[in-house]
Amino acid sequence: MTSPFQASSSSSSGIRDLIRHNQDKKSFRKTIEVWIPRFLFLLASLSVLTTVGILIILLTEAIEFFKTVPILDFFTGTVLKPLSQTPAFGILPLVMGTLVSSGIAILVAGPIGLMAAIYLSEYASRRVRSVLKPALELLAGVPTIVYGFFAFTFVTPLLRQWIPSLEATNILSPGLVMGVMIIPMIASLSEDAMRSVPQAMREGSAALGSTKLETALKVVVPAALSGIIASFVLGISRALGETMIVAIASGSSKNFTFDITESMQTMTAYIVEVTSGDAAAGSTVYYSLYAVAMTLFATTLLMNLLAGKIARKFREVY
Amino acid sequence: MLHTRQSPNSSRIRFRLLADRSAKIVFGAAALFGIVIMGILLVRITSEGLSWLSLDFLTGRFSTTPERAGIMGAVLGTFWLLAVVVPVTMLIGIGSAVYLELYSKNGKIRTFIQTNIGNLAGVPSIVFGILGLTVFVRALGFGSVVLAGGLTLSLLILPIVIVSAQEALRSVPHQLGDASYALGASKWQTIQSVILPVALPTILTGAILALSRAIGETAPLVVLGIPALLIPFPGGILDRFTVLPMQIYYWTLDAALVADYAHLAAAASIVLLISLFLLNGSAIYLRNKYTIKA
Repeated sequence: MTSPFQASSSSSSGIRDLIRHNQDKKSFRKTIEVWIPRFLFLLASLSVLTTVGILIILLTEAIEFFKTVPILDFFTGTVLKPLSQTPAFGILPLVMGTLVSSGIAILVAGPIGLMAAIYLSEYASRRVRSVLKPALELLAGVPTIVYGFFAFTFVTPLLRQWIPSLEATNILSPGLVMGVMIIPMIASLSEDAMRSVPQAMREGSAALGSTKLETALKVVVPAALSGIIASFVLGISRALGETMIVAIASGSSKNFTFDITESMQTMTAYIVEVTSGDAAAGSTVYYSLYAVAMTLFATTLLMNLLAGKIARKFREVY
Repeated sequence: MLHTRQSPNSSRIRFRLLADRSAKIVFGAAALFGIVIMGILLVRITSEGLSWLSLDFLTGRFSTTPERAGIMGAVLGTFWLLAVVVPVTMLIGIGSAVYLELYSKNGKIRTFIQTNIGNLAGVPSIVFGILGLTVFVRALGFGSVVLAGGLTLSLLILPIVIVSAQEALRSVPHQLGDASYALGASKWQTIQSVILPVALPTILTGAILALSRAIGETAPLVVLGIPALLIPFPGGILDRFTVLPMQIYYWTLDAALVADYAHLAAAASIVLLISLFLLNGSAIYLRNKYTIKA
């Protein structure tokens, strides 16, 4: 390292060296300034690559499946017997199981989550909220496998005391527990929507003599409705894709029924069953995995896009 | 005045106030509902598993005999998994966030990548499992090893890491960057030595929350064929491994065959929950502390 003082006090060739040295440094820095953004762009595009990867894999393998099982039979079939001598591949029992469990979940989480959001946004003092919100976040951090254990070893036996006809594996208990699981999500997203309603609207309502309840139900909730509906849709989408709770507590009977006391299988639980068994790669059962996964992926994607659209399109702008 | 009817009005007002007060109680109960259920869950798991939680259980190897079963292998498996997930998600997550927030112009490419990340965050975790099974386990031939599991979970939590890192970068006051430019620093110098250090605590908070999601995840690992019944300890990222959620899963399923497995599942759940609560709690604490300061 030559210090600038030494260089300037010595011969003119020293100065030239210094200039060249600085130019080298500058051009090195310039190279960095050019290449860093390119490298970072590459990293950012990995997420696009992930989506493309998922799409290609699901589509190509599902197409392989539809060469053996006609696509119409798959989407309209009410019988699913993948491992029987005369196999049948109808997805409707799985669709039914998925819809029923998610339906139960949203019936629990929708009203409770919304009421919790109204409480947090309109009634709770700052101090109460500073305790409740982190507690709800911890609830959201409980792994689904633990919820599954809870549903199977506690909720089901408890429910069987009141509903004797309830089977040991059934769709009701995991549905209820999934509801508890998505309460934090709905409460938090709905609360965000309500808190973004301008304070002036609440004050206007209060000035007209409304109580807090009237302000909440007639002013705040309608104004935040798009955000609230979006939170419900996201909650349903989360329930559709939930796996471990149903895989443990709902069994693997592929019943096509509305009876919530019976064992039913969801799309996710079917994927778990097939992959934890020994379905040989290349068999029809193996490819059915991809057809079911594609259906699940498409459904949740549509729900998420719908939620985004509702939140954007019907947002009241103040 | 004829129009003023005092008494009916006041009874109506009493009713409205009563409705308001009862609504507050009902809504408050709804807010507490989830927390009460979590309390029941904790009590239930503690009463089932606490007596099985011993030093031998924490440090023992897997065994089919309930009295001799331990979870050390699963704990080591989690550490090896994190050895893959942490560097991969940190590099790609922070890199993507820096690109999206500080380099990309507000153009079509940015909107496209951003929309894509948003959609990926909503993809069910089991679909990531299928991606990992097809690409890492089968096509690349890794098998059901730490590397395959780690890369799959990395892809799963990347959207969360990226979005939270973006928010962290956005929250850095732009005066800091301006001051750096005014001193003649280049863009990357500014990012590297001014913006990233300021944003780092918030970035880490988001990353910790995402990592705890990866630690508690089961479904993608089941799809990858990660075993639960594994006796040797993993010694590297190319070894077969298992994690706590997988052991809880198999112990719960087989509780019908061996009754004591339910206790093992509960004891393992206690360990998992305590680790996750500590992780999440520290992240939430860090964030609250940091938000008040800013």
